[in-house]
Amino acid sequence: MLGYILRRILQLIPVFLGSTLLIYALVFAMPGNPILALFGDKTPNPAVVAALEAQYHLDQPFIVQYFYYLLGIFQGDMGTTFSGQSVNDVLARTLPVTGRLAVMAIGIEFVLAIIIGTISALRKGKIFDNAMLVISLIFVALPIFVLAFLAQYFLAIQWGWFRPTVGAQNGWNDLWLPAIVLGVSLYATSMRLMRGSVIDTLNQDWVRTAYSKGLPRRRVIPVHVLRNSLIPVITNSATNFGVLLVGATVTEAIFNVPGVGNTLFQATLRHEGPTIVSFVTVFVILYVLVNLVVDLLYGLLDPRIRYVK
Amino acid sequence: MSSNTELPTHYVAPVKDAAVTVDAVKVDEKPASLWGDAWRDLRKRPLFWLSCAIVFVILLMALFPTLFTQVPPNNNCMLSNSNAGPAPGHPLGFTFQGCDIWSRIVWGTRTSVSVGVLATLIGSVIGLVMGALAGFYGGWLDSVLSRIGDIFFAIPYILAAVVVMSVFSNYRNVFTLALAIGGFAWASTARVVRAEILRVRQADFVMASQALGLSRFRTLLNHVIPNAIAPLLVVSTLALAAAIVAEATLAFLGVGLGSDVMSWGADISNAQQSLRTAPMALIWPSIALTVTVLAFILLGELIRDALDPRARARR
Repeated sequence: MLGYILRRILQLIPVFLGSTLLIYALVFAMPGNPILALFGDKTPNPAVVAALEAQYHLDQPFIVQYFYYLLGIFQGDMGTTFSGQSVNDVLARTLPVTGRLAVMAIGIEFVLAIIIGTISALRKGKIFDNAMLVISLIFVALPIFVLAFLAQYFLAIQWGWFRPTVGAQNGWNDLWLPAIVLGVSLYATSMRLMRGSVIDTLNQDWVRTAYSKGLPRRRVIPVHVLRNSLIPVITNSATNFGVLLVGATVTEAIFNVPGVGNTLFQATLRHEGPTIVSFVTVFVILYVLVNLVVDLLYGLLDPRIRYVK
Repeated sequence: MSSNTELPTHYVAPVKDAAVTVDAVKVDEKPASLWGDAWRDLRKRPLFWLSCAIVFVILLMALFPTLFTQVPPNNNCMLSNSNAGPAPGHPLGFTFQGCDIWSRIVWGTRTSVSVGVLATLIGSVIGLVMGALAGFYGGWLDSVLSRIGDIFFAIPYILAAVVVMSVFSNYRNVFTLALAIGGFAWASTARVVRAEILRVRQADFVMASQALGLSRFRTLLNHVIPNAIAPLLVVSTLALAAAIVAEATLAFLGVGLGSDVMSWGADISNAQQSLRTAPMALIWPSIALTVTVLAFILLGELIRDALDPRARARR
């Protein structure tokens, strides 16, 4: 197991370095001098400019700048936003909100996907199955911002079940509407994977063995079938974590949830390059970490995976 | 050999009684092929023809918008028509700025389709080249190309496109937008292509073409890639739908094409301001976007189903 963990972490290093370098190189390509931008219309004193450039290592070659940036990340310093706030402070304020939203959304996604996917698989080709397939196709095709606006209009404005925006009050109970939108936008892919996976599992030898031992259906389905059908669904939500992050950005923007995604959205509206990059980097780091954790969980769940070179 | 021991006798069926009769041999029939089977399956599905029809109308709208509307999308917008309902000649009513909604939807098709097609083309070509080289040659080349793919896979491509479009904010046009989307969305295509090439590489005809003296690269180009193209077609159709969504999402996030270009995403985003009073200005372009995406997803999934005998068994 230790060898497996080490191997996974070693594989992660080039991905982490490469993706941060790629984003950093994109900003470096940005035209214009950021120091001059700080002064607006005024012509700054050259000595002050030189001092500031030295402070931010802008007089160094590109790769040295990247090295300083990386050093900062490893020391836990994610940089500063355009307006001079520390990204760490912003993260400390916004990350818990996004975390709550993501946990609720993933919960809703999994509950819907597992229940509907399993029932569809057990009633393959019946009315319920076909209806759910059509509905899931529509949810796959609905872009998340359209879904969010529709939910906001019908569920909040027309029927008044929820508040249309979240704002400063953002505890678990205030996040239901954005979490439902985000969860439902993700559920369709998982549900279809679950359906296919359960159909495949139902044809396996061990399921026939379980039935022939005389086990009742209510024990075979949850214990023997569901557990073995879950792996593709979990893999998919780990590799699709990027979709969740983009979805969170859009839902937070529409429902005014003060999370990481909303901060990124506000930065794009104001064209604040450095802030955008800091937060995209945060997202990439999150993505890489989540995939590491899921990989390690697999190694724990399924011994076959550990030994594959 | 003694003659008193009886030889074991076997029953031998008389030849005439056991003659196998073959009903008929159709010599002229074409041999079954992957594409032939898929086409025979697709032809029978009404959903396939429905999505083909929608795609055809969308392409027609993108190429010849004047066939569908005579109203220019941006000029003669009258503020006196702001958020007004349907009127003669304006079947879907007006936006907040008093522009004709139907005309804006028709003209917005071109943006969605051109960005979608270009981005998919870019993504598919990069994905095909990276996946084919990695899968066919293997070894260190595979390791290097697959790690590069992992790096691009780790950056959600809409977020990468946000960074690219805000960096190149002075050069926003269809090409940069397509490059921003396609240049970061190819990693999953490359994975699919690589897996398929790995499978095809084992086939006997690959060994035969090598034995006949064809170079490695010629074998890859003439024999391996044409036999591995089916999954690429499926992935590309689905990627086209994803690219159209990406374009609309970027327009919604404010980093799409400029405000002078018609885009469903930008129109949906603008209509948000008057969502309470005039929801239809938001709902109509949303329907256009969703129907377009749905048509491409349906087409991709039906082709995937038709090409995969296992999926046919699941129905």
